Amino acid sequence: MTNKNGRFGIHGGQYMPETLMNAVIELEEAYNHYKNDAEFNKELNTLFNEYAGRPSRLYFAEKMTKDLGGAKIYLKREDLNHTGAHKINNVLGQALLAKKMGKKRLIAETGAGQHGVATATAAALMGLECVVFMGKEDTIRQALNVYRMKLLGATVIPVATGTATLKDAVSEAMKEWTTRISDTHYCLGSVMGPHPFPTIVRDFQAVISKEIKEQLKEKEGRLPDAVLACVGGGSNAIGSFYHFIEDKSVKLIGCEAAGRGIDTFETAATINTGRLGIFHGMKSYFCQDKFGQIAPVYSISAGLDYPGIGPEHAYLHDIKRAEYVAITDEEAVNAFEYTSKTEGIIPAIESAHAVAYAMKIAPTMDKDKIIVITISGRGDKDCAAIARYRGEDIHE
Amino acid sequence: MSNIKKAFENGKAFIAFITCGDPDTDTTISAVKEAVKNGADLIELGIPFSDPTAEGPVIQSANVRALKNGITTDKVFELVKVLRKDITVPMVFMTYANVVYSYDAEKFISICKEIGIDGLILPDIPYEEKDEFIDICHKYGVDLISFVAPTSENRIAMIAKEAEGFIYVVSSLGVTGKRSEITTDLNSIVKIIRENTSVPCAIGFGISNPNQAKEMSKVADGVIVGSAIVEFLGKHGKDAPKYIGEFVKEMKDAVR
Repeated sequence: MTNKNGRFGIHGGQYMPETLMNAVIELEEAYNHYKNDAEFNKELNTLFNEYAGRPSRLYFAEKMTKDLGGAKIYLKREDLNHTGAHKINNVLGQALLAKKMGKKRLIAETGAGQHGVATATAAALMGLECVVFMGKEDTIRQALNVYRMKLLGATVIPVATGTATLKDAVSEAMKEWTTRISDTHYCLGSVMGPHPFPTIVRDFQAVISKEIKEQLKEKEGRLPDAVLACVGGGSNAIGSFYHFIEDKSVKLIGCEAAGRGIDTFETAATINTGRLGIFHGMKSYFCQDKFGQIAPVYSISAGLDYPGIGPEHAYLHDIKRAEYVAITDEEAVNAFEYTSKTEGIIPAIESAHAVAYAMKIAPTMDKDKIIVITISGRGDKDCAAIARYRGEDIHE
Repeated sequence: MSNIKKAFENGKAFIAFITCGDPDTDTTISAVKEAVKNGADLIELGIPFSDPTAEGPVIQSANVRALKNGITTDKVFELVKVLRKDITVPMVFMTYANVVYSYDAEKFISICKEIGIDGLILPDIPYEEKDEFIDICHKYGVDLISFVAPTSENRIAMIAKEAEGFIYVVSSLGVTGKRSEITTDLNSIVKIIRENTSVPCAIGFGISNPNQAKEMSKVADGVIVGSAIVEFLGKHGKDAPKYIGEFVKEMKDAVR
């Protein structure tokens, strides 16, 4: 699906400072070598299975199914992975690659803190130095994850520029990379940025859809009718979609963060409110004003609070292979509480965006239809913020 | 060949960068006039961007101030029209790809031609992505400036062969901003450039005092100074132009 220079249709590319061009070329060459290397894949599989706890469960949510009264609902439990989210899949792959490339240091951006925690974890495991950039606003929203990263030996740098959220953390991590390239790998956390990152991250996350396909075949003997996942940059969504892209009967639905609504300025729904642009190394859709200034986006979810979307999603949208819907804070919080009470599973507020859309469509579907929702992470990190949203002040 | 070559006709060139609209367009106009009066051979006008990923804290803060004070691409075009009534030295825009792309590249670049902008410096357009704008730039005779960085190595010749206007040689790793010393082997980089093109090259990033400017001008055809100038705007606001004038004079004397 990727063509020359990492294009997905018109999207993608390498819109990077010259200073970093040899670094991304070196990364691409190393990746092209190791992705087909038996030894590398064996090591990565061992890490996936023995360390991260893969394969993750595909769980039949019987109570939700009955309660919603329509399609059968399965939950892909990425929240059960080590470190509590899908982020570990990509990080183990990139950290192993960095190590093979002789790098001594990982840098990363993080929004909700899950990618930062995963990177700090892999760095600890593999004996690499780790520096994580996190928007100052997010260090407050996700204080517990800041502590986890520090506990794992990482340095966390709060970013106060711009909106002090994920986009600013990405910018600062990119800047940091330009100052120190030879011993440092930028462990980008989503299917975004310049080529080859969108491809590398997708390939490491594609294990999600590979497993869903096998597990559902075993349980139901067939393909799902729809796969739902939340989308910020889009890594868990592309991971959930990838092995179904050629199966045209499977609807692929990405759930964006509408924040306070797509008719307000307080939204992060890129496909629904953005337009074509060039930013953070890629051509894709971005929330921006008429002069191309990147918009200060908002969502209750720090992990979806990003003004762009990965180029492969932009392409899947263009060719109408995937559909992108917008879910408000309120709908996501309702789904967060619903999943907790109905199934005893506290999903990340990010993942709750996907659950919220399933709650809308499942009742309209026949009982012989099957929906898979990727629960990209666990929601423990969000409890304090959701309590505050509901007017309850708790100490973490 | 565009107007840009004129900047390199009177000895070594001094290139001054100024962020438009910081703190307001009148100040930008007087700052540019002061810089030119005191010897600047080429003016780089920065069109502010919300997320300037190649900039250090000084220029990033200037972008924030200017945007907060309401600068827009259209207002920058108006400002250039006013400047072009008096200023004859070459002027280029320095901004980010999205500012050009989202305006409609053809419209943006045709306006550049119309108002007398001679080139475009876009730090997030490397050699591999030149095709995004190059044909339009050629159509309107606006030079798309290429960068060479300390990490460019095997890429230098390829970049130099297709360069136009001038080559922006990045002095060191990292983002824009003052540096106490520049340790990159710039002589070797410039040597490869010279072997591959007659387009002049100017060194930028980190140059903030006359001594550095003098040293750098020995290596290349010109020096580019941004953060050290923009710092005056941060410090003195509307009163900055006279300080900028004095500083430019000192720097131009050092590279002459």
